[in-house]
Amino acid sequence: MHPFDSSPNPDLLSRRWFLKDCGIGLGSMALASLLKEDARALSAESDPLAPRTPHFAPKAKRVIFLFQAGAPSHLDLFDNKPALTKYDGTLPPPELLEGYRAAFINPNSALMGTRFKFARHGQSGAELSELLPHLAGVADDLCIIKSMATDQFNHAPAQILMNTGHHLFGRPSMGAWSLYGLGSESRNLPGFVVFSTGTKGTSGGAGNWGSGFLPSTYQGVMFRNTGDPILYLSNPPGADRKLQRDTLDTLNQLNRGRFAKVGDPEIAARVNAYEMAFRMQSSAPELMDISGEPQHVLDLYGAGPGKGPYANACLLARRMIERGVRFVQIFHEAWDQHGNLTKDLTKNCKATDQPTAALIADLKNRGLLEDTLVIWGGEFGRTPMVQGGTNDGRDHHPNAFTLFLAGGGVNAGTTLGESDEFGFNVVRDRVHVHDLHATLLHLLGFDHTQLNHRFQGLDMRLTGVAGELVKKIYS
Amino acid sequence: MFIQHWQSKVATLRCGFILLAASVSPAATVDFSRDIQPLLARNCFACHGPDHHERKADLRLDTPEAATAIRKSGRAIVTGRPADSLLIRRIEHADPEDRMPPADSGKSLSPAQRQLLRDWIEQGANYSGHWAFEQPVKSLASVPPELAATVHNEIDRFVVARLATEKLSPAKPADRTTLLRRLALDLVGLPPTPKDIDAFLADKSPQAYEKQVDRLLKSRHFGERFGRLWLDAARYADTDGYEKDKPRTVWFYRDWVINAFNRDLPYNQFIIEQIAGDLLPNPTQDQIVATGFLRNSMLNEEGGIDPEQFRMEAMFDRMDTIGKSVLGLTIQCAQCHDHKYDPLSQKDYYRLFAYLNNDHEAMPVVYTGEQLQAIQSIQSRIRQLETGLRKSLPDWRERIIAWERARPKDPEWIPLDIINIGNNAQRYEAMPDHSLLAGGWSPPRFTANFAHTNHLENITAIQIEVLTDPNLPGGGPGRGYDGNFALSELKLQVAPLTDPKKKTATSFARAAGDFDQPEAELPARFTDGTKNRRVTGPAALAIDGKTDTAWAADRGPGRRNQATTAIFELKQPIGTKAGNVFLFDLVQMHGGKNGNDYVTKNLGRFRVSATTASPPLVNPTPPSIQTLLNLRPEDRSTSQWEQIFSHWIATDPEWTDVAKELEGLRDQWPEGTTAYALNARSDVRPTAILKRGDWLKPGEEVLPGIPPFLNQLSPESPRSRLELARWLAADDSPTTARVFVNRIWQACFGNGLVRTPEDFGVQGEPPSHPKLLDWLAVDFMESGWSVKGLIRRIVTSATYRQSSHVTPKLLETDPYNHLLARGPRFRVDAEIVRDITLAASGLLNPEMGGPGIMVPAPEFLFKPPASYGDFPWFNDTGPDKYRRAVYTYRRRSTPFPSLTVFDAPPGDFSCVSRQRSNTPLQALTTLNEPLFVEAAQALARKTIAEGGAADAQRIKYAFRRCVGRVPASNETETILGLLERQRTRFANDAENAKLFAGEGPDESPSVDSPELAAWTAVSRVLLNMDETITKE
Repeated sequence: MHPFDSSPNPDLLSRRWFLKDCGIGLGSMALASLLKEDARALSAESDPLAPRTPHFAPKAKRVIFLFQAGAPSHLDLFDNKPALTKYDGTLPPPELLEGYRAAFINPNSALMGTRFKFARHGQSGAELSELLPHLAGVADDLCIIKSMATDQFNHAPAQILMNTGHHLFGRPSMGAWSLYGLGSESRNLPGFVVFSTGTKGTSGGAGNWGSGFLPSTYQGVMFRNTGDPILYLSNPPGADRKLQRDTLDTLNQLNRGRFAKVGDPEIAARVNAYEMAFRMQSSAPELMDISGEPQHVLDLYGAGPGKGPYANACLLARRMIERGVRFVQIFHEAWDQHGNLTKDLTKNCKATDQPTAALIADLKNRGLLEDTLVIWGGEFGRTPMVQGGTNDGRDHHPNAFTLFLAGGGVNAGTTLGESDEFGFNVVRDRVHVHDLHATLLHLLGFDHTQLNHRFQGLDMRLTGVAGELVKKIYS
Repeated sequence: MFIQHWQSKVATLRCGFILLAASVSPAATVDFSRDIQPLLARNCFACHGPDHHERKADLRLDTPEAATAIRKSGRAIVTGRPADSLLIRRIEHADPEDRMPPADSGKSLSPAQRQLLRDWIEQGANYSGHWAFEQPVKSLASVPPELAATVHNEIDRFVVARLATEKLSPAKPADRTTLLRRLALDLVGLPPTPKDIDAFLADKSPQAYEKQVDRLLKSRHFGERFGRLWLDAARYADTDGYEKDKPRTVWFYRDWVINAFNRDLPYNQFIIEQIAGDLLPNPTQDQIVATGFLRNSMLNEEGGIDPEQFRMEAMFDRMDTIGKSVLGLTIQCAQCHDHKYDPLSQKDYYRLFAYLNNDHEAMPVVYTGEQLQAIQSIQSRIRQLETGLRKSLPDWRERIIAWERARPKDPEWIPLDIINIGNNAQRYEAMPDHSLLAGGWSPPRFTANFAHTNHLENITAIQIEVLTDPNLPGGGPGRGYDGNFALSELKLQVAPLTDPKKKTATSFARAAGDFDQPEAELPARFTDGTKNRRVTGPAALAIDGKTDTAWAADRGPGRRNQATTAIFELKQPIGTKAGNVFLFDLVQMHGGKNGNDYVTKNLGRFRVSATTASPPLVNPTPPSIQTLLNLRPEDRSTSQWEQIFSHWIATDPEWTDVAKELEGLRDQWPEGTTAYALNARSDVRPTAILKRGDWLKPGEEVLPGIPPFLNQLSPESPRSRLELARWLAADDSPTTARVFVNRIWQACFGNGLVRTPEDFGVQGEPPSHPKLLDWLAVDFMESGWSVKGLIRRIVTSATYRQSSHVTPKLLETDPYNHLLARGPRFRVDAEIVRDITLAASGLLNPEMGGPGIMVPAPEFLFKPPASYGDFPWFNDTGPDKYRRAVYTYRRRSTPFPSLTVFDAPPGDFSCVSRQRSNTPLQALTTLNEPLFVEAAQALARKTIAEGGAADAQRIKYAFRRCVGRVPASNETETILGLLERQRTRFANDAENAKLFAGEGPDESPSVDSPELAAWTAVSRVLLNMDETITKE
C-alpha cells in the first residue's frame, strides 16, 4: 500500500506532484528482488541518484578502477627497455636530466635495467613482464597506454590529481562526477563504492573518493573487507530484522503524519532514505557473501573467505556491477618500491595479477565487459635511475608511465604511445591525466567540457581548463 | 550548459527569477547589474572579459569604454541603437557559424535574453558598477498598507514589499513551541528543554520572545554554535590532512573562536586579530592564537617533498580562505591568470599574496587561563627573590664582571657547512648562520648523514649547537611536539680528500654540555616496540656507543625551548692540510614506533663547528647567556643584566640555597600546549607573479598592494599584514559586512540572500533582496559590527518567526523559499544532529573547551588500509564522549563518520556553505551507531524514571524531549502500538531484551529488561524522527 494513501489531510499535499516527483510510491516495503530494479521510475527531481541520460550514447555504463597506489614501476611491468639493461650501472645522459627534480634520489644516479623478462602475448603481441602471467592471458582485451604523464611526483598530490583532476584537495573525484552525471542504477546499494586492499591506506586519503563541491551524496562509500561492509549496517545488539521493520513502520507513520501537517518534501526523501537503508541491510551482506559463487569462479580470482583482500574485492566489484553500482574503485596501496623492488614487485603481482585478469575474463564471459570500463594504473611511474644502497629500487617519476584499460568501448588488443629508450620521457602519443579524464568521460557519454557544476561562480569540471580526447583509445 | 537533471533545474529556476522579473514588466528599466551583467559574464566574458590572455578579437565587453569603442568592424555597442550594435547582430546572426556565443563554447542565449540585451542597449547601455563592489547604503522599502500589520522590524519591510510584488503574503507566525525550538537550535544549537518551553508558554508578557532571545544570546553555548560555522570557513581540523595525516595541536584556536562569539568580539576586530593579531601592539596570547586562522592549511610532509612547494600550496589555500570567508570573492583563479569575470588581475592576486608571504610557520607554546595565572605568580615570586638578593648585594654587577673575567676563554669555533648526503626524506634548509633547519617528514628513528670537505688540521673537538627557530614546535630546538630533541649517537669518520673512500672512524674522549639533563626514561608514547630501556641525559650519552641512550637538554616547561650546546673532544686530533672529508652520522633513534604521528625528537636546527684549541675545554655556556656576555658590560640593558644574574647565581656555589629555591619555583612552571600562529619574519621574502601559478616559475616581482576595484588604502599605509587586516575589516569595504551578514542569514534561513555565499563577484548569484542585504550590512557596521546585535535583529523579525508549513502551491511557486513567504525548515547541521540526540537523552556533557575528544569510532578507520598508517585514536570512553560535537577531534583523512555522513566538511579547504544531503547512510547512523543507540537506551531509562507512571504520560515526556511539542493523540497511539508489540516480544526474549536495553550506569536490579528494551525501541524511533533532527 502506498504509505501516504491514508494521509489525514489529503488536500494539503498535491498527491500527483508527490507521487511523480518524490518517488515515495516506490519506497515499497517488499523486498521483491535484491538485484537491479527498474530504477528509472524514480524521478530525478527529488532523487539525486536517479539514473540520468548522458550527452550522447555511452560506450561504457559503469567503471571499475583498480587504482594501484604507490605507483607501480612501468619499467618492470609493461615498458620493456633493453637500452636500460644495456646501460645498467651507468649514468643517464645529462641532457635527459635538465630541469628534472626527483623526490628522493640525486637524479644523476646510475640507470637500472629491469630484472624481469618480457615476452609478447596474444594476437596483439602486447609486451608484458613475466610478473604478469595471468594478464598475459587476457592481453587481447587490453588497451595499454605507455605514454601516460602527470605533473606531480609526490604521492598525495599525484593521487589526488589522478582521481580528481587537480593536485589540491577539494575537487570531486572521478567516481563522484560519474554518479553526478549518470546517477545510480541500484536502489539497494551506494552508487560509488570504494575498497582499500593494500598494505596501508592511500596518501590522498578520503579526498581520492570525495565529492568536493558536488553534493555529498556522490562521494564514494568505503566498504570494509571484514565485518560490516558498510558502517553501522548491522542492527544494534538485541535488535533483529523484525524489530527494525517495526521501528521503520512506526517511524514512517510518524513522519508521514508530519508531512501531512507541514508539507515539506524533505520528509518524503527521508522516508525513502530509511527504506533504502533497510534494503541495504540485507542487500549489502548478500552482496558480500561470496560463498555462493561456484568454485571455478572463486578459483579464477583466487578469491574466497579469508583469501587476499584484493582478489575478493575484484570479485565483489563484479557482483556490484551486476547489481547496478555505477563506479567501483579498489585502492591497492603497495607499489612504492624505493628499495626491495625485486621481491616486493613479485609479491604485489602475485597478489594482484590473477584477480585483475580474472575480473576482465569474468566480465567478458558474462557479456559485461563491453559496457564496463576497467582501468588499471597508479599515480605516476618510477625512475629508470636506481635508488637505494642495494641497487634495487626506483624513485617517483612523473614524465612517463603505463596504465591500461579494458572493456567499455576501448580498442582491445592495442598498445598506445611510446616512451624513449630509457622509459624517461614520452616520445609518442602523450596522454596527460587530463586527457585520460576527458576520454573516460567521453566513454561514459559526456562531453568533458559540458559536464560541469557551478561553484564559486565558475562552471567547474573534472578536466579543469585542460583535457584533449584521445581518440586512439576508442576509435 | 548543464546536463539535464535536478541540479540543472535549480540553475534554471535561479535564472528564471531574473527573467521573470524582467518579463512581467516589459516597460521596466533594465538593470545592468541584475539583468545584464550576469548574462554577459556567463556568456561573453570568458573571451571578451578582463583576462587579457584569453581575450578574442581584442574585444572587451566588461567596460563601457571598450564596448563602445570604434573598431574596424564597427562598434560592439552603439548606445541607444541595438540594430547598429555588432553585439546584437552577432548574437542574432542567422548563420550558426557566425552566431555568438559560439556553438562549441556550450553557451547560448535564449530569445528572452537576447531581447534583454536589445532593451538594455535601447535604454542607453548603461553600465553601472557591479553591485557588490559598490558601498552598501541603507534605503527603505514601502509596504502596502494592507500588509503593514505583518511588519515587525525593518527586515520585514523589505521582505513584505517583495512578497507584495509577487502577489504573496507572509505566513502566519509559528506556534510558540516550534518557535522556541527553532530559536534555540539556531542560537545555541541545542533543543530547548520541556522546562524552557513551559516557562516560555507561561510568560504572557509582550516581551516574552525577546527575553528568550536575550537568554539564548547570553548562553555560553552560543559561541559553540556560531563558532562552528566560522570553523568551517577557517577549515579547522586537528590533523595535517595529507598522507600520514599527523596530529597537530591547534585547539586553542577553536576555543578562541568560540570565546570570541561568546564575548561578542566585534566582527571587524575578529577579522583583524585572525589576520594579524600578532602584529597588534603588545599582543595578548589570545591575539596570537587568533592568527591560527591562516595556519589551518593542510600540510604535506610525505618523504620526497620540497617543503617550499607545500608552503606555497598553503599560501594559495590562505588566499582562497580570505577570498571565500572574508571578501566573498573567488580569487583563486587569478593564481594562474587574470580573473575571467571579476576585475582582478593576476598581478592584483600576487600583490595581496605578498602581504601574507612573509611569515614563519610558528608553533608557540601557549597556556590556559589558569596556567597563565600560575605562571604570573611563579614569575612574581622569582622576581621577589632575585630583587631581594640583588638588594642585599649592591656590588652584584661587579661580582659578575669578576666572574666573567675568571672564566676560561671559549675557544674559537669554525662553523662547518655540512651537506646532507643520506636519504633525504628529512629535508634541510641551509641558514645564513651556517646552521641547518630540518623540515619535511620527521622520521622517528634514523641516521642523518652529512659530509664536509675541508683543509683543516689538528681538529681537537666538535661542537654541536642545537638552535631555536620559530618554525619548530615551541620554537625548538628539536622537532619533538614540545620542541625537545635527542641525539642518540654522534659518529665521525675522516677520509683524505684525495681518496674519499678511505674512511677512518674517529673516537671521542669526552663530551660536555651547557646543561646536564638528569637521565630520564622516554615516556610511554615513545615506545619503539622493544623492551629496551631508552633514556636521554647528558651529552656523554651521545658518544657511549649505545643508540638507546641519547644526549638531550630538556630544562622542563618554561625553559625547554632554548638553544643548547655540547662539545665532543676527540681522542686524537684529526685533519691534514692536504684536505679532508669529514663524514658525520647524527644517529637519532629516540622516536616512537609509528613514524606517522611525529613522536620524534629529531634535531630541529643545528650547527656543527670544529676547533683546534688544545684541551681541556670548558663546559660551554648556554647560547642565550653567551650572547649577552658577548655584549660589553656598559651596553647591557637592565633586563639583560638580570638575565645574566639569574644564570650566575645558579652557577656560583655561594648561592646554592637561593638557587635551589628558584629552581623549585621554576619546576612548578605548567606544561603548556603548542598552537599554530603567524610570526612575521624580519627579512622580507620577495613575492613574484608565478607563471601559470607554478611556484617554480617566478616572473615579475611585486610589492604588497590591494586590488584597485575595492576600497582603497592611503598611499602612506605601511605594507604590513596588519594593514591588510585593517583593510579587510574597514567600514568602506564593499563586501566584508555583506558577506558576513549573508552567512548569518544563511545560518538562520538555510539559504543566503545571496545564494553563492563564497562569490559576490560578477558570476555570483544576485541577491534575492538586495536592499535588505545592504540595509543589514550597513546596520551591522553602524552597530559596531556586533554579531549578537545582527542575530538579534534577524531572529526578532516577523519574517523569521513565520510558520514553516508549506502548501503545494507555494512549494511550486517558490520551492527553495527565496521569497520568504514562510519560515525556514531544514535538517540541522551534523554537529547539532548529535547534540540534539545527546541533549534529548540526557547524556549531554556541557563542558567546554580543551583538546579534541576522540569519541569512540570504529578502530579500522585508524589502521591501514583505511588509514595510510596507524593513527593514535584513543577512544575517550568517559564522560567526554558525551560532549558537544564541536569538540570531537577532526581528523582530515578519515573524518569522524557520524559527522561526515551529515555533511560536516573535513576541513580540507574553506567551506562557507555546507551541503545538506538526505541519505540512507544517515539513517543507518542514527539507527545503529553505538552512541546513538546508547542515547536511545538512556532516553528509555530517563523516561521510565522521570516520565510518570502511565505509558501515555511517558510517551509525552520522551516525545517532548525530542521535538518540544506534545504528541497528537494519533501519534501517541502509533507509539503505543510499537511499545506494546515490543513489550510482548521482549517479554519472551529476555536475552535480546538485555542486549538491546544495554547496561545503564548504576543499574538497579529492579529494572526490568523487557520493559527497558521496549522503551528503548520507542526512544530510538523518537530520536530518528525527521522532526527531531529538523529545525521547523
